[in-house]
Order: sequence, then C-alpha cells, then structure tokens
Amino acid sequence: MAITADRQIEHLLRRAGFGARPDELDTYGAMSIPQAVDALVNYERVTTDVDTLIGRPGYVNVTTRGQFSPQTTIVDSRQRWLFRMVHTDRPLQEKMALFWHNHFATGYNKIAGALGATEGARYMAAKATEDPGHVRGQIEMLRENALGNFRDILLNIAKDTAMLVWLDGRNNTRALPQENFGREIMELFTVGVGNYTEPDVYAAARVFTGWNLQQLGNAADGSRHFEFFYNANQHETSAKTFSFAIYPDGSRTIPARSAADGMQDGIDFINGLAAHPNTARYLAAKLYRFFVNEFGAVNVTFVNRIANVYLQNHYDMRAVMREVLLSPELWDDGAYFARYSWPVEFGIRALKDIGWTGFSVNDMLTPLANMGMVLFEPPDVAGWRFGGQWFSTSAMLARLNFAAQLAANQRFNVATAVRTANAAGSPEALLAYLSTALASAPLSTAVRGELDAYLRATGAWTGSDTQIQSKAAGLVHLVAGSPEYQFQ
Amino acid sequence: MNVTRRQFVKGGVAAFTVTFAAPEFLSDLARAQGAHTRNFVVLYLGGGNDALSMLVPYNDPFYYSRRPTLAVPAGQVLQIGRDSSNVPLGLHPRLTGLRTIFDAGRLALIQRTGYENQSRSHFFGTDIWSTADPNNSQEFGWLGRYLDALPQPVNPLVGWNTTSALPHVLSGQTAVPAIASPSGYSFASPNSGAEATAERNAALRIASHVPVDRPELAFVYGSAQEALATLDRVATVATYAPTLTYPNTGLGQALRAVAGAMVRGIGTRVFYVTTGGFDTHAGQQVNATNGAYYNLMATLNDALLAFYNDLRAQGLFEDTLVLSFSEFGRRISENGSQGTDHGAASVMIAMGGRVNGGIYGTAPNLRIDPSNPTLENASGDVHWETDFRSVYAQVIDAWLGANSAQLLNGNFRKPGLTFV
Repeated sequence: MAITADRQIEHLLRRAGFGARPDELDTYGAMSIPQAVDALVNYERVTTDVDTLIGRPGYVNVTTRGQFSPQTTIVDSRQRWLFRMVHTDRPLQEKMALFWHNHFATGYNKIAGALGATEGARYMAAKATEDPGHVRGQIEMLRENALGNFRDILLNIAKDTAMLVWLDGRNNTRALPQENFGREIMELFTVGVGNYTEPDVYAAARVFTGWNLQQLGNAADGSRHFEFFYNANQHETSAKTFSFAIYPDGSRTIPARSAADGMQDGIDFINGLAAHPNTARYLAAKLYRFFVNEFGAVNVTFVNRIANVYLQNHYDMRAVMREVLLSPELWDDGAYFARYSWPVEFGIRALKDIGWTGFSVNDMLTPLANMGMVLFEPPDVAGWRFGGQWFSTSAMLARLNFAAQLAANQRFNVATAVRTANAAGSPEALLAYLSTALASAPLSTAVRGELDAYLRATGAWTGSDTQIQSKAAGLVHLVAGSPEYQFQ
Repeated sequence: MNVTRRQFVKGGVAAFTVTFAAPEFLSDLARAQGAHTRNFVVLYLGGGNDALSMLVPYNDPFYYSRRPTLAVPAGQVLQIGRDSSNVPLGLHPRLTGLRTIFDAGRLALIQRTGYENQSRSHFFGTDIWSTADPNNSQEFGWLGRYLDALPQPVNPLVGWNTTSALPHVLSGQTAVPAIASPSGYSFASPNSGAEATAERNAALRIASHVPVDRPELAFVYGSAQEALATLDRVATVATYAPTLTYPNTGLGQALRAVAGAMVRGIGTRVFYVTTGGFDTHAGQQVNATNGAYYNLMATLNDALLAFYNDLRAQGLFEDTLVLSFSEFGRRISENGSQGTDHGAASVMIAMGGRVNGGIYGTAPNLRIDPSNPTLENASGDVHWETDFRSVYAQVIDAWLGANSAQLLNGNFRKPGLTFV
C-alpha cells in the first residue's frame, strides 16, 4: 500500500493505465505532467518484457494447470493479460490494447467453436515467438500496434485470422458475398452507424470477396495454422461504388480490376475509411468516453480537435493519444473520477492499491465475469458499452464481493502496512490511512461517519493484531466496495 | 359458496389452482391477496432470428430455390395449418414442444413484424425494438417506461433481469435488479460473526447516503442500495425446487429462476430473459441434428416447454405471458457460407395461459419481383406487415393494464391483433 498526495499523477495513471503501484507513483511522481505523458506514449523506452516476470516472487501469481500455456489455453491467456495490467511498466500499451480489444471486439467462443479450444486461444492470444507456426494472435497484433497507425491496424484486423472467423470473412466468396465484416467495418470500426447505406454494405462485402484463410505448415511439428490469403478465384472483380469518397480526389468508385489485382480493392477501401472525416470523429468521440469523461454529452470541441490531429498526422495514434492525454478536457476538475471503472480496471486498481502478494489473478476471473466482463469474450462485436450499465445490482454485489475476497486474502499484508504506517492507534488513524491508500472519489462526511461507526461497532478500540486484522480487512472491503471507488 | 369462501381464507388462495374456467371472483380475490399477479416475461432472441427457418412457408417454391442448402424440407416441418392468406405453415422440426403448446391454444405466432426502413444493425436495431421508437434509439426502454409509470414507490423487485447487464428494454428511472443466479446473489465478508454483520450493516447505511447532486454517483448508490435491500427475498427464490428438470442452458436456468420468483411471490411483474447465437451468417445448419440453428431451436423449445409445464404444475400459467422479439429477421436468400445475412421483418411469439393461440398476420411471398408487396430491398428481405409497436400495444393494454398510446407516444392499436 502506498500513500501519495499527487492527485494529478494518480488521475493520469487511472486513465492511461490501471491505477498505480507504489513504484509507479514514485516513478511518475518525479515527473511533470508533460514528462509523464511523454513517457507513457513513448513506452518503447521501457525495454523490460513484462511477460518474463510471470512466476517470479514478489509479483501477483498465476495459477497453472500443468504447464502455463497462454498461447493455447484461454484461461491462461486471460491470466497473462491481467498479470500484464498489474505489472507492466508500459501502462498505456496495455490500456490501448484494451481499447482496441473493445473496438474490434472479437469473441473467443466463436473462434473456439469453429476451430477448437486450443486454436481459439492461439488466434486470440499467442505470441509469434512462442507459437510453432509463428501465429500472432489478435491481442498481440493490437498490443504491437497499440499506438500505431490506425490504417495499418484496420488492414491488420481485416487480415486477422480470429477476425476472419469471427465476422465470417473466411467464407466471403464471389458468387455469394458475405456482408458481416463489410457492414461492421463501417458501422463499428470506422465511420459509425448512419454514415453508410445498405448498398454500401453490399459493395463492401464484394470488396472483401476472396479475403479468406489458408492452412499452412504441418501437423507433425505443430506449425500447421490458418492465415490470411487473398483467394483471387473468389474475388468479384466488377467496380464498387460507395455513397462516400474512397479516394483523395473524391471518387466514390473502386474500379473494376482483374482478379489477380483485386486485393487492391480492400486496401483502397480501408485507405478510404481511414481517411474519412467521420472515422476521425467516431474515434475521437470513443477516445473521449474511454480516456476523458463519460458524464454528459461528448465534448464537441475535443472531438473536432482530436479528429483534426488524427487526420493531420495521417492516422498516427501516438500523436492522437499525446493530444488526448494533454487535453484541457482531461485536466478539467470535472473530469476527475468522471468515468465508471470497468471491471478489470476496478479489479486491477484494487490489487495495486491493496496488495497482490499471495493473490492469483486466476481468482479474479469468476468475479470479473460476475461483474459483467470476460476478457476475450465481449458481449458482441460492438464491445462493452460505456455508461452505467456496468452497475446492475448483481454486478455491484460482485464488486462488493470481490473487495471482500481481496480484503480477506490481503488481511495480513494490510495489517502489516497499517502497523508500519503507525495507523493502528485509533479508528481515526486507521480510517485516515486506508481511505487515502485506496484513493477513491472523495467520500462524503456522512460516509466517513458510517465507516468510523463501523470501526467502533463491535467493541472498544485496542489496536490489537486481531482487531487490526479484522477491522482493516473490513474497512478495505467497505471502501473498495463503495460506490465512490467504482469511478476513476 | 360460503363454505368455499371460509376454506379460501383458511387454506390461503394460493393453495388452489386458478384456472381459466374459474369464476371471476376467485381470481380477483387471489389477486387482491397478492397471490396472483400478472407476470410478463420478455424474451430476446439475440442476433436476428431467421423467421423463415422457424416458421416455414413450406409450399413456397421460392423458399426452396432461394435457400438450396438451408430450406427445411416440406416433409419435415411440423404443420400447424394455414394463415389468413391461406398459406400453409410449419414450425421448425425441433419445435415439438412449441407445437404442443400451439395445439393447446396457448401459443401465438405473429408474422412479419417490423417497421419501415428497418435497421439491419444489431445494435441500432436492438435499441429501436427496446425503445419502441424507430426515431429515437436512445430514450428509455418501453418496459422501463412502463415500470416508471407504476404507482410509486415500487417494490425494488418489480422487475427482474436475468442477465448481468441491464438490457435497454428495461432501462428507466426504476432500477431493475440483475439477478443472473439467485444462489450467487449474496453478500460476502472477509470476517465472520458479529464483524461480518457490522460490515453488512455499514454497507447498508453507506448505500443510504445517496448524493442528490451527482447523478452518476447516485446511480451507483442506487444499485448498491437495491442489491442490499433485495438479498433476503432473492435468497428465498434460490430455494425453489421445481418438480421437473429445466434444461441446463442459460435460457433454461433463467426461466427456472423466473418460475421460482413467481412461486415465491416476491412481487416481480416483469422479467427479462434472453438466448443468443441467432446471428447465423455462416454454417447455419438448419436441418442437421445439432447444427447451429437446429440447436438454437432446441434451446428455445426445451426451455419454454419446461417453463410451460412447470407453471401449469404451479397453477401460474394463467397469470403469465411470454413475448419474444429479435432485432431483425434475415435475408431471404442464403449467402455463400450456408448462412443468412441481416434482413428485415421477423416473427414474434407469444405464449401464456390467456393467449389466444394461432397464426397472426400473413406469410411473405418469396418470389423475386419488384411488384411483390410482401418483400422489400429488391426482394431481398421480408417487408413488415404488423408494426412491432402494435404487438407491444396489445400487451400493454390487454395484459399490463396500462395505456399503450401514452407509453408508446402514439396509437398503434391494431384491430384483430388480439393474441392476448
């Protein structure tokens, strides 16, 4: 547990990361805000590979069932990602990975249903370096491009094996074009609903005819795998006209091409979508909700400014995110705690605030599901929704119950921290210490009064080890489970 | 009569099965005592249900020519007669339970429900079906508005959502608890005994300090407050042990919980249940045993049949109405992946003890022809015939006892649509 008075750095790390470990508070606390933003967006300067820390003492645990195998077992893929969220020194990279995972929301179950469970985990989460066929799973592609060029991300996602299964592109053929990916790339990935027509959907489906999968490698050494290939025989070669500009000269028609050259259709279309002003605005609005403020209407000034940064920098997300994190809207007083924490954000921040020694991220998986969030299993292709929908009664109970679980698990660590901080002497001292360590949105006087009453409820204050172990755990439960702690 | 009345009071009205044929005073008395209220269960089929595979126009040659691999062979459908345009129709072969309910006169099928310029987007479409307003996909849900219009204060368990997130259709000022599993709806503590009790009491008191000037925070407070206030009553539902086995599917278990809530009489009026997987773009496999769509029908059929049998055994079927919806139907012609893409009008089903069973509306004619009025989008999709709001209007007026013109911001009542 750590105490800091640096309100701005904590705000920044809640948004650009998953809260702050004590060492992160030290590192970023020594920087000005522009320096901290610079460090966050230029995360390649941190060379430590967080994955090499898995299994070492002092870090949060993972639970192994035989071999820990995040490239073939989805539960382990989830554990690895949660581990990264806790211990990475590149917090913005993991935060962007979550943003993109939500943006290009792909569900493991459909992949696993089509190709099998181990293949499903592979195409979602394998690293090329650990896969015999050098498969790079979708989340790895998104992590590697976390602050890359949006056009490149779109092109990669259109060729991504999991996506080609998820939105059925692998079956998109000349005779009977398949509309699923063609529709969603416009509705959810780029321009947004209302900015395309039904004929655009048909045309987009035809653009991607022949963007299919092939199987390469051999079964004997485990390298057999599916990967994208352009199947010229299945490409529909006629011209495709849209209701919006595809080319910089304003032309709306992708010309008829030979089947051999037809892959260029999809590249032209993706270029056109990346350059579309509505894509810029759609992304800017989503970044506002995710990073800046969820309350009230989306800030139009912000959207216009960030959309311009996006277009002027040719879709470079590093330039975009630098502007987002330096934006006056983010640093406005009204933006503090103006976002509902998503379940993983809540859970990881609780670990960072309360402690992780002796806790396994495996034990978060069911609580997270009860809160409404399973990594690699968004509710549908639109991803998790913004707003208060995270706070159904059962989800709120799940948050309270996770706080209870973590408080019980960390009972002795917390009691030790309380002793070290000399905070065991009185209910006031304990409350002052723990409510600061847990950095929630400000607690009202009435709520602090209830917490104080709780500390005094079951007998006189002695400050004994037994009392601190139960009262500190109970207080951690109540604060981390409080409505105020559910905001970031 | 007077003897019977004494027995009622002594034994409790709930001990009797109130049947449709029972004298009116009897069910009135039962309701007055709170033993019987009208229950409404809304069932969302997520992903866009392919109406033409569920309710098959098996004499239409274009059904077969446009769906060479997906059409259900005429000899395999469960024939249920003809609609008012004299088109013979059959249920998907796996819907044997629904046919039983249909034959009992307690299942209505409402064909070609939709609206003009139907959205083919899952999300926009679901929003529209939820708000019941094609021009406003962001307002509260129609059932949320219904709950908001009930005399206040309402029982915090007046609505019950069986999923973990709030569906748009139930959004409103009235907080609806999400109770996916009654047995998992409990309060944990790192401590035990008096310490744990003190924690729970503190959590309850904290939740009562709702900050009036901060709506987002107040919303989360409301959720915590409601969760803690409903724990004990939900625990009674967790103990419900039906005499039959519900299928071990999400829908089956959700309906088991719904039946438990009804039996325990905790005051819930509106339930939300859902089953997904209807977005069958590829490998739809309508006919293969354990094929994708075949399994969707199995899930639907088995869960609804168990619910039907359980409610009848509990004497609650008379007081229950189930209504399904889905965001759109699917395209008529199959695509190259043995699937179907996003389409327009679809079919709704209503089931309940006071449902006037039968086939409502007319089937589409699947012939490709610009002058064919039953199709739209260059004959690619089924055109709507019954505005979905007319279906809602009937439920609101005839079942929920509210005013549909007020709740739906317009008069959508449709003569003859008296399925309940």
